Parts: sequence; C-alpha cells; structure tokens
Amino acid sequence: MADTLPSEFDVIVIGTGLPESIIAAACSRSGQRVLHVDSRSYYGGNWASFSFSGILSWLKEYQENSDVVNESPAWQEQILENEEAIVLSRKDKTIQHVEVFCYASQDLHEDVEEAGALQKNHASVISGSPTEAAHSAYLPSEDESLCTVSCEMPTEQTPSSDLEPALEINDVEVTGEKEKRYDDKTCVKSASEEETSENVPTAEDTALPPKKNRITYSQIIKEGRRFNIDLVSKLLYSRGLLIDLLIKSNVSRYAEFKNITRILVFREGRVEQVPCSRADVFNSKQLTMVEKRMLMKFLTFCMEYEKHPDEYKAYEEITFSEYLKTQKLTPNLRYFVLHSIAMTSETACNTVDGLKATKNFLRCLGRYGNTPFLFPLYGQGELPQCFCRMCAVFGGIYCLRHSVQCLVVDKESRKCKAIIDQFGQRIISKHFLVEDSYFSENTCSHVQYRQISRSVLITDRSVLKMDSDQQISILTVPGEEPGTFAVRVIELCPSTMTCMKGTYLVHLTCTSSKTAREDLEPVVQKLFTPYTETEIENEEVEKPRLLWALYFNMRDSSDVSRNSYNDLPSNVYVCSGPDCGLGNDNAVKQAETLFQLICPNEDFCPPPPNPEDIIIDGDSLQSETSEFSVIPEANSETPKESTSLGNPEEASQ
Amino acid sequence: MHGRLKVKTSEEQAEAKRLEREQKLKLYQSATRTVFQKAGELDESVLELTSQILGANPDFATLWNCRREVLQQLEAQKSPEELAALVKTELGFLESCLRVNPKSYGTWHHRCWLLGRLPEPNWARELELCARFLEVDERNFHCWDYRRFVAAQAAVPPAEELAFTDSLITRNFSNYSSWHYRSCLLPQLHPQPDSGPQGRLPEDVLLKELELVQNAFFTDPNDQSAWFYHRWLLGRADPQDALRCLHVSRDEACLTVSLSRPVLVGSGTETLLLTVDKSPLAVEWRTPDGRTRPSHVWLCDLPAASLNDQLPQHTFRVIWTAGDAQKECVLLKGRQEGWCRDSATDEQLFRCELSVEKSTVLQSELESCKELQELEPENKWCLLTIILLMRALDPLLYEKETLQYFQTLKAVDPMRAAYLDDLRSKFLLENSVLKMEYAEVRVLHLGHKDLTVLCHLEQLLLVTHLDLSHNRLRALPPALAALRCLEVLQANDNAIESLDGVTSLPRLQELSLCNNRLWQPTLLQPLASCPRLALLHLQGNPLCQAVGTSEHLAELLPSVNSILT
Repeated sequence: MADTLPSEFDVIVIGTGLPESIIAAACSRSGQRVLHVDSRSYYGGNWASFSFSGILSWLKEYQENSDVVNESPAWQEQILENEEAIVLSRKDKTIQHVEVFCYASQDLHEDVEEAGALQKNHASVISGSPTEAAHSAYLPSEDESLCTVSCEMPTEQTPSSDLEPALEINDVEVTGEKEKRYDDKTCVKSASEEETSENVPTAEDTALPPKKNRITYSQIIKEGRRFNIDLVSKLLYSRGLLIDLLIKSNVSRYAEFKNITRILVFREGRVEQVPCSRADVFNSKQLTMVEKRMLMKFLTFCMEYEKHPDEYKAYEEITFSEYLKTQKLTPNLRYFVLHSIAMTSETACNTVDGLKATKNFLRCLGRYGNTPFLFPLYGQGELPQCFCRMCAVFGGIYCLRHSVQCLVVDKESRKCKAIIDQFGQRIISKHFLVEDSYFSENTCSHVQYRQISRSVLITDRSVLKMDSDQQISILTVPGEEPGTFAVRVIELCPSTMTCMKGTYLVHLTCTSSKTAREDLEPVVQKLFTPYTETEIENEEVEKPRLLWALYFNMRDSSDVSRNSYNDLPSNVYVCSGPDCGLGNDNAVKQAETLFQLICPNEDFCPPPPNPEDIIIDGDSLQSETSEFSVIPEANSETPKESTSLGNPEEASQ
Repeated sequence: MHGRLKVKTSEEQAEAKRLEREQKLKLYQSATRTVFQKAGELDESVLELTSQILGANPDFATLWNCRREVLQQLEAQKSPEELAALVKTELGFLESCLRVNPKSYGTWHHRCWLLGRLPEPNWARELELCARFLEVDERNFHCWDYRRFVAAQAAVPPAEELAFTDSLITRNFSNYSSWHYRSCLLPQLHPQPDSGPQGRLPEDVLLKELELVQNAFFTDPNDQSAWFYHRWLLGRADPQDALRCLHVSRDEACLTVSLSRPVLVGSGTETLLLTVDKSPLAVEWRTPDGRTRPSHVWLCDLPAASLNDQLPQHTFRVIWTAGDAQKECVLLKGRQEGWCRDSATDEQLFRCELSVEKSTVLQSELESCKELQELEPENKWCLLTIILLMRALDPLLYEKETLQYFQTLKAVDPMRAAYLDDLRSKFLLENSVLKMEYAEVRVLHLGHKDLTVLCHLEQLLLVTHLDLSHNRLRALPPALAALRCLEVLQANDNAIESLDGVTSLPRLQELSLCNNRLWQPTLLQPLASCPRLALLHLQGNPLCQAVGTSEHLAELLPSVNSILT
C-alpha cells in the first residue's frame, strides 16, 4: 500500500477540473471507491488559480513547448490478447497564443524571488517516485491543498452568522488561521491589516507622495503569493446550480465568498455603474425620477414575465433589443438592461431569451447582497479543490503529478476495464471519467472546438473610482462591429485575496474570433493605459494603468457531443473543460448527468448526515471513523436558506 | 475500507427528537416550579435559575421581574467590584437572550432598566449593539426603540443619528422606523424660530427630504413607508387652540361658543370664563345635545339682567383658559342676536391636512405626483396624495378634478370605498362652507352631493337654512344640535334612520324628512324638544304605512301643528 495504489476502484477520475471534482465528490459520497488523478502538479486543470510565480511557471510550460520525455515503462506489454488500448495524450493542447507584457518598471536586482514560493508548479517535478507522488498528493496535505484551512466566520460574529448559515459571505473575512497561508516572515502586512485599510480607502492615495504608489515588477514578484490568478474567469450566480450544490452538499464550509459590489457598463467612452437592485435604483443619482419608475416597472415585469404573455407574445419574433424599444425605456435604460442585466448581444438574442436572462439576473439579486453574483475568495481555483476535499473526506484517493498512459478496453464487451498509469501499474475499475484534454488526437480527430479569448491584467487602480476602493466589479463591453463578441471584464480588488495591495486584477473574457490579443486588446486600450515611468507629472491620469498583461486562448470543449469522439467504450465518460459563460451551471449540469449514469437512482451530493444520527457501534468501527470525525463540525450549521436578506421581489407591503 | 455510513432512519430520528423535547420540557417545567417556590428569596440562585429559563424563552415577563428584584437587592449588599462583575454578566446574558429572540419586549425592557441604573453606563457599546442588530434586521422596531433610548441618554448629536438613518434607508428604504426617526431628528437639527409653526422644517431641508422621499416612491410606489413620510413632510402641526365663534341670542337668553377642538367643560371648573360688560359671570356650561362629554360647542343660559335693553349694548367675552384664547362679541340694543366668528376662508381652516408655508413647494409636489400618476394610473397612494395636495393648494379651484380622482381611487381601492366616501363628503362640506362664506349668507345647500357623513357641524353655528336632500345620509348625528340658529332643515331623499341630532334646536320651525327610512314613530322622539317646530314632512317613510301613525305622532309631538304623512 505504501508503494502502490490499490489495484481496484469503482470510479477512476482523470483530471481535477470542476466537473470532474464534483463527480468525484458525488461518487465518493455515494460510497463508490474513487481514485482521482491529475497529471499536473496542481488541482483544477484549466479551472486552476495561480500565484504570480505559479502563473509564470505555467506560462513557461506553454511557451517552451517542451515535450515531456517519456520515461514511463512501456504499457504495451501489459495489454492482453483480447484487449486494446486507448492511449491518452501526455501533452495539454488547450492553451494557445500565449503573450505576456510587462509594463511595470523592472528593477535592477534580478534575483527577486516570490516570498515563500512553494515551487509547486514546476513542470520538471513531474517525475517522481510513486511513493512521493501518492503520498504528497493525498488530501489534505499541509501545503498542497489550499482549502484545508477551514475558514469559517469567528463564532462571536453572531448574530449575523445566524442569518446565513449555509454560506459564509464575509466582509470581515480574514481571521488568524487564514494568515497561516502567509506564514513567511517576509510578508510584512498581515491580511488583517489589509482589512483595516479598507476602511480608510483613499487615505493612502492622498496622504502619501505619489512616488510611493508606483508598483514595480519586483514588488509584484515579491508579493507574488498575494495573487491568485484564475485561468477561467467566472462568477457564481447566487441562485445558480453551483450555489445550490455547495449548500446542499455542505461543501460550502470549505470556501468563503464575497459579493460582487458593482455592475458596470461601458458607454460613450465612460464607465458607469448600473443600478440594478431596488436600493441601487433608489440611490442612483444618474437616473431621473421617471427613469427610476420605468426601470423598476420593467424589471418587476421581467420577474414574472411568464404570467403576462400578452405583454411580449407579439414581440417573440424580434430581437430583445428591438423589444426593449417598444417598452418606453430611454436609450440609457435600454443599454443597461441589454448589456449589463440580461448580458445579451444586440443582434443575437430574441425577446424570450432576453426576458429569461433578465429574470435570472433579478432572481439572484438580494440573496446575498445587492448584486446577483458571488466570487470565491482566493479565486475560482478554490472550488474544484473544495469538492476534492469532500471526496477525500469520504474516502477518495488523490494523486497529483500522476499521469495515465492508457485505458484498457476489453475487445469483446467493448468496455473499459482498467488504466495503466505512468508507473505501469494496472488499476481496474468499473467507470472511467476523463477530462477532454487527456484524449489523444486519435480519439479527437473529428472533434471541432471553439476557443475562449482570455486576458489577465494587473492594474494600479479601479476602472471606476468610488469612495471605497475595495470594489469587485463586472463590466460588459459590447462588441463594436457586428460579428464580434461582447467582452466580459471582471475587476477584483485585493480583499478578494487574488492580488496584492495597491493593485487590481482584471480578467477579460470573450468568445474568440481571432487570437486572444487581437480580440481583447482594443478593449484593454479603451479602458487602460500602459504604465510608463515618465508621466509622473500628469497627476490625474484618467485611466487605470497597466502593470502587467497576459493574453491566451483556451479551448472550449463544452459543446462537444460525446458521439464526436472515436470509439469510446460506454463506461468511459468525457468531461469538458471550462465554457465561456459567466456562471458555472454547465459544469454542475454535466457533473450531475454523468453522475446519474455512473450511479443511477442515487442522490446527487446529499447533505452529510447529522453527526447525532451516525451510528458508531463497536463492530462496525472501521478505520474511516477517524475521517468522519470532522463531520460533526460540518453539520453544526444546518443548510438552510436565508430569507431575511432583503429581496427585491419580496418587497414589503 | 469503503463502507457506507450507518445513519438512523427518519423514524429513529423522530423518536430521538421527541425524547429530547420531552426532556427539555421536563427541565423547563421543574426550573419554573423551583423559581416560583423560591418566591421571596432574593439571592443569586434565583438569577441562576431564571437565566436557565429565560435563555430558552426570553419572553417570560415574570422572571424578568424576579431578576430585577434580585438585582435591586444585591445592589445594596455587594461591593462595587462584585456589582460591576454582576452587571457585566447580566449584559452578556441579555445579549444572548436577544440572539434567541431579537424582538423580545421583556429583554429590551430589562436592558433599558439595567442601563438606567448604572452609574457609568457604556453607551458607545450600546449603540454598537443596536447597529449590529439593525444590520441583521433593519426593521426591528424593538431595537430602534432601544436605540432612541440610548441616543437620548448618551446625548448623541442628532446629526450623527440622522446619518445613521441615512445609511439604513440607503440599504432598504422600506423602513418605517428609519423614516420616523428622521421626522424626530430633523426638527431638532433645524429648530424653527419661536414664531414659526412647531415641528416644521426650513425650506432647503424640506426640499432635500422631498427629493429623497420622491426617489423612494418613484422607485417603488407601492411602498407605504415613503408615502407616510411624505405626508409628514407636507403636513403641519396641530392648529393653535382658538375660539372660533361666539353667539348670543336675546330670545333664547343663551350664549354659544365654538372651540377649535373638542373640550370637556366640567361644572365648577374654570375651563371657560365669561365676562359680561367686563364683570365676571358664573354660568353653567352644557353641550347642545345635553351629553356631558368633550365637545366643540358649549352653551350657557344668561340671566335676564345681562340682556336687558336699557344699555346701548352688552359686551360678552369668553376666555378659554387652557387654550389661552378668547373672543368678544357685542349685542346691540334692539337686536335679537350678536356674534363674532373666525372666517374659515381667512384662516384656511380646512387646509390643515397638508400645508406648508410655500405653496410653490406644494405645487411642485403636485406636479411630480401627477407625473407619477401618469406612469402608475392605479396607484392608490399617489392618487390620495394628489387629492390632499390639491386641497392644500386650493380646495375650490380643484374641486372638480378632486372629485374625478376620488372616483378613480374608489375604483382601484374598493376595500376603502366607505372611507373614501366619508373623506369626499368632508371635502365637499368644507367647500360648501367656503362658498357660503363668500356669499355672506346663512343658508347652506348640500343637496345632491352624495354625502355619506356630516362633519364640521360646529362650523355651522349661524346657519338658518340647511338643505341636505338627495344624499346618502343614514343619520342626523348628535353634533347637529350645535346648529342653534337653524330654522328650516330639509333632509328629503336620504336613508335616515335616526334623528338624534334634531334635539333642542330652539328655532327650528320646518323639518322635511320625506323618503327616508324612518320606520316607527318613536324615532321622532327627539323632535319633541324643539319648541318651535310647526311643520313636519314625513311622506314616503315606512312608518307612514302603519295604522294609527298619525295618532301616535300627534300624541308624541303635540306642539307640531302640521305633520304630513
């Protein structure tokens, strides 16, 4: 056991992206024996988040294009006569057109190192003894699993904790324990100090000389662990499937969230805030009284548009934007609704879809705050890990840096029987779940992919300054010419634990029409200006300045039908990589569908049992009881939804 | 290795729960019994016991009383240090109770009591506590109440508290408590000079508040809290106490006063003082309908000496001591009566529902409401506010429009149809009084107006002819007895069933009650007290059908010459 993995499982999951991790958790929760492997050294695949040094080594991996030397023992000799193999790819081809630009001044001393860097993402560590790989990747391990430190609200925080027992949405998030992540002595500021600075937002801007505000590349490197840079940029709809799943399964206890604070719109060269909740409309200074009424009236209608078919039936054939024109909304309001609330395009969306999207947005408002979205602290990459943790708690076995050479298929039954891993070990199983990027070109020769254009920027200030500088914003920039796609911009502030103090982390995402840089650079230029040392004189630069920029394209396999893969046995299931959408519904739907195929008639991620209801009697006392000892805490908060948060639709009478 | 969890079935769970509950109940009951057995013993064990029960159920008022008794007792016995520790525990305990039920009257009350007894209470901590509880539920009026108590005790500047209400209204403007608090704080922040009306705001502040509240009702016109605040902003304080009218009649040897609010004048009290030709005169005051209860109108009999015709004139002065108001009237030689009254038109008596000094403010409010009404034609709050604004601006000019708005309002809010009918009757009656005054006559026509109720009758002291025909009146109410000069009363074609108000009217000669719902002669009993009644029309009433009615009536009203049935 110490040297090798068990030789038999019920489910083997290859790839640790969000859908795979959810399925692994669900299967393990339902009593399946789960082996979860990933050839990479980190969790999440294309759903991962990286520190600054982490992203640099990730980049290196793709830029160097280095082929991994195949040192693995040959698998061919293990394939029996009545068997054949589906060879898995050793190389990830999902990322393309990577381009990096650094605008911050690069200091002289070159040997700056990220404080407390873990070197966890070096491609070279891929080889290793089986012992080490298997052992170090077991969850929970101190340094690998970022989610092991539980991050609950301090209990004294009542009564607000009564309010939202299932999901902790903190504005006072960091408590002592969490700081352990920054255990390095060179991290001068503790996270809680950062919190206090939130209360005096602009003090630093005004009080200190501007020179102090300049951020250099070496500072970014040094503070690199403050960054958690997401490869996919997504948010959670507060009534989306993922939130429901997190609450239902009690996985939410492993993560913390922040509410997005602003919905922004880019219009006539300016960034403006979109009033979308009842409180926003009430407080808005930019809308006239009549506009307030018109907007509220329209939004109220959208909340239950199905009940008033006569209001929209006649317009079903036209686009949503044409429909909005019939609704007595001023151009101002039409723009807000179309681009920032429904988040649909001018040309491609019909009336009913637009109303549906608007309703979905509004439904999510007010559950956790004044916008419909949540962002996981420490980045989107936390989420797959949370599910992995749950899988591990229920007995799933984890191996990172562990690649699989091939799937073994029985010729006669056309079923997959086993895998052969990088060490040549043959592990049998009933079900095999493979993330799309692991398939070789032979398997995918007929598959057509779409692409996502991504950009990650580090900037020195927010696109829209307000009295508080700790804002989390989503901004939609509509495509300019017909045929181009709207660009989604998500700006994260340091209190999301994804960037260092004094910077903002900006994610741009759109469906690709060209390379990421070609698609996104025009928007970057509209919103930002490159950082240059010389313009110190010009005190009031209007646009935020770019310190660092990254462009890349990511493959979007979310739309690929199973039938387009060549010769897949029926017990091999395919998970897609991230899609381009804002929410995570796709991943959850996919996970649930595949789970139902593996475990028909089983509940999908049911809540863990109440600790009081677990029967622990002498004869059934097994080794895993020690694992279950974590559960009592988990269940002390019963998952139930808060209704006391003001919901616009629950407007008081 | 991979076994499934063994979990209790739902029946087992239910059973475990039931047992647990039973156990809890037992504990609770035995603790309660022990406390009551200990009645009279005021030591710390009672604190301990009650805290167990109150911790589970903070709404047990008796136990809070027990604690107060114990604490009072201990105050005398303990050293200051011990006492400080005791108070600290008590505050912590109270907070835990509030977490169990944040809306427990007993708990908040106990906290007030405790804080009030401390030599050096930590008010800052209390304000923070309030802020925390209001963070969770911004409409917890218990906590708002407590906050007002704390703010008053700690003398928190009103500006800070106002900023606090700002922040909560920004979060969710459906918050009566927050709006109400503003209405208390703003007059404190902007005290008006002595001459100005009480509780009103300077115009710039008023305009800012109006903008805020408009934002609210344009955002959500169905939220009442904003409309109520709007009404407060435009309303004005109660009118000053005044003697509205003074009337002296030589014939009846009687003096009548009408006051601005109902007052009870007890016999032997000095509520109303009368002087005749500058010398005080002790009189017995009574109400027109003879009932001793608060009334707008009071009258007294005058001795013959004060009415003799030898002097060229007599001067009567009534002083209302409580209201610090007085009025004088003169009875000239050879005249039957004399009076002095405030003009309803000059004093804008009927505009006090809504009124600000500047009609421009009202005018612009009316315009924004009309704008909103176009967008929301069926919003009852908006319609009602429009009606009130129109009345405050110019009741006669807007009469027709107002009536149309009433019609719409009744259609969209049928639940309040009767209330709206009464309100409309009131406005119409007010308008008729105004018109009568402009015409300088003592004749009031209120026929064909769909009236459902009679009000402001104390304003009609001097009316001699009143026409109430073709309305929807069901009664001639007791207040009608105030019409001391009334000679002719027409109330045909109503639904009148009661005539309580037609009593002791000294000058009433002619009364028409055709086509009403008078169904038996005894209903006409009050008329017997009207000495001059000579002509009575009763055609078309149910009682006319009965046999022997004429005889019965002749017997009941012997002095009435002509009764037509």
